[in-house]
Amino acid sequence: MFYRENGQFKTSYAADQQIFTIAQDKWFVWGLIAFAALAVPMLADEYMFRAILIPFLVLSLAALGVNLLVGYCGQITLGAGAFMAIGAYAAYNFMVRIDGMPLILAMLLGGAAAAAFGILFGIPSLRVRGLYLAVATLAAQFLCDWAFLRIGWFTNYSSSGSVSVAKLEVLGWVVDSPVEKYLFCLAFVVVFAVIAKNLTRAAIGRQWMAIRDMDVAAEVIGIRPMFAKLSAFAVSSFFVGVAGALWGFVYLGSWEPAAFSVDRSFQLLFMVIIGGMGSIMGSFFGAAFIVVLPIFLNQFLPFLGSLVGISVSTAGVSHAEFIIFGSLIIFFLIVEPHGLARLWSIAKQKLRLWPFPH
Amino acid sequence: MGFFIETMLGGLMTGMLYSLVALGFVLIFKASGVFNFAQGAMVLVAALAMARFSEWSNAALGGDSLFLANVIGIIGAGAVMFLVAWAVERFVLRKLVNQEGATLLMVTLGIAYVLEGLGQTFFGSEIYSINVGMPKDPVIMFEGLVEGGVMINKEDFIAAALAAVLVGGLTIFFQKTAIGRALRAVADDHQAAQSVGIPLNKTWVIVWCVAGLVALVAGIIWGSKMGVQFSIVTVALRALPVVILGGLTSVPGAIVGGLIIGVGEKLSEVYLGPFVGGGIEIWFAYVMALIVLLFRPQGLFGEKIINRV
Repeated sequence: MFYRENGQFKTSYAADQQIFTIAQDKWFVWGLIAFAALAVPMLADEYMFRAILIPFLVLSLAALGVNLLVGYCGQITLGAGAFMAIGAYAAYNFMVRIDGMPLILAMLLGGAAAAAFGILFGIPSLRVRGLYLAVATLAAQFLCDWAFLRIGWFTNYSSSGSVSVAKLEVLGWVVDSPVEKYLFCLAFVVVFAVIAKNLTRAAIGRQWMAIRDMDVAAEVIGIRPMFAKLSAFAVSSFFVGVAGALWGFVYLGSWEPAAFSVDRSFQLLFMVIIGGMGSIMGSFFGAAFIVVLPIFLNQFLPFLGSLVGISVSTAGVSHAEFIIFGSLIIFFLIVEPHGLARLWSIAKQKLRLWPFPH
Repeated sequence: MGFFIETMLGGLMTGMLYSLVALGFVLIFKASGVFNFAQGAMVLVAALAMARFSEWSNAALGGDSLFLANVIGIIGAGAVMFLVAWAVERFVLRKLVNQEGATLLMVTLGIAYVLEGLGQTFFGSEIYSINVGMPKDPVIMFEGLVEGGVMINKEDFIAAALAAVLVGGLTIFFQKTAIGRALRAVADDHQAAQSVGIPLNKTWVIVWCVAGLVALVAGIIWGSKMGVQFSIVTVALRALPVVILGGLTSVPGAIVGGLIIGVGEKLSEVYLGPFVGGGIEIWFAYVMALIVLLFRPQGLFGEKIINRV
């Protein structure tokens, strides 16, 4: 009833090729963006911005990038954290070493640097796949961890090993309050989500999907595996690199190589799989789930403990967090292997007929 | 020269530990097609259980029989590993038959989290020691060959012997016993194995148990060398290049791969490390695996990967 496409006729090619062909979808997404841009800054407090909203936005951008590679092109990567690091450190170096470097350009260049390394570490994907490829990307992860820790040039010979960016300024607009940082991230995420959506609808996205579904067959029908796979690595790493620059510049402010450790790579892969592989929306669901869950457990478990009269120690909470986090991952993979995005589309199907199922 | 040999032997010993963990990976991968990222967590749980059970029973026995305490510890830890194997099959794998590799991989990461949490909740999160009575004193060998001889820990010898016995035992188990044959059949083809009457579920429990026992041995050796603590889980990430180098489906590959990586790591750290700032152990192993992958995608001993349309 609420989600009915009856009476919505497509009378031109342009109408047929829109991102959202159904009016409800279109208005929902516009509404969501308007809500995020206008209502949220008024409603949320500073803690919400710092602890939840900004990390959520940045990590969804990274998850989006990983999803392009893992979900759309079928190449498993465990090196996403490394590409975030490359993006962050490259952007930092562009900022520090070139006078008057615009912030956004530096971030995009950081993404470009990550893309270049993405292509380099994507080369094994031409020979191996699946788990073997995951290990090849782990090589990128450990190499980057080491390089940013030990090679002083990357951190501008900072004595403590941590680097920071003094002032974030875009065309005279100084991004310093949490609300401004949030809006800054939101702008990036919206633009990149639109780019990702369009890429996956275009020829290149179809090539990726063909490679994912059956690479030998795709090759036979004339898709160049080298181009398709390496372009997926490049685009994905670009997204992840920009997200890394945002993570360092906007969320952390000053950071060390440990901020982009192998745990981050696993976390991003979790987001993609829990959210839904091969779904733009799924990246956001996955990021929300992974960002909010630990915070929720951290707050909720001591409260639950006090209800039943047990005082839960900090160590106990962190162990319980491990257990619950792991169990939830297992649970979600068992009941919904296609991720939260599938639940979303099931919900839409139900709404189409509700309340008259026949 | 003596120093070189010492470094190399040290590498061989570390490599042997990697081999043990890699063996756990290979066993489970062969029998169920699951790449078990939880192997590191299993080593942690096994070592924690062993350390704590023997500590508790030692306290209960009044501390006069270390041997008995260790036997109880090993039995207790073995029981824990059996429980883990049973639970993994019953609550996770059984519900995920026929899912994609990526999903199964993620699920083992979930299992790893649960095991890490549960293990530390039950057995504590301090640093514990395992004392199975291995002699710690070094011996000097090859005095005739090199000047000054080569210093080796006796402990390392015993550990190596233990690992060799384990690998030999596993080989006999896989080649000669009925259960071993069933495991190999399941590894070759799930459906065919099922249709000749091999119960898949039971086989999976057995193979996870065997992997658990391998984890226990690795945990005991590692724990008695360096103490039992949370950082043991990272051994899974250290052993990953080993399986890739040796081939995911090959037991000898895991052994040889482990030794190559162990020696390569140590030699590179000692002879190459000073030039580039040190700490290169971990990525060197991965880069070695990567180079092998580029030329032999299936690893040194793996079965050739054939793509069918």
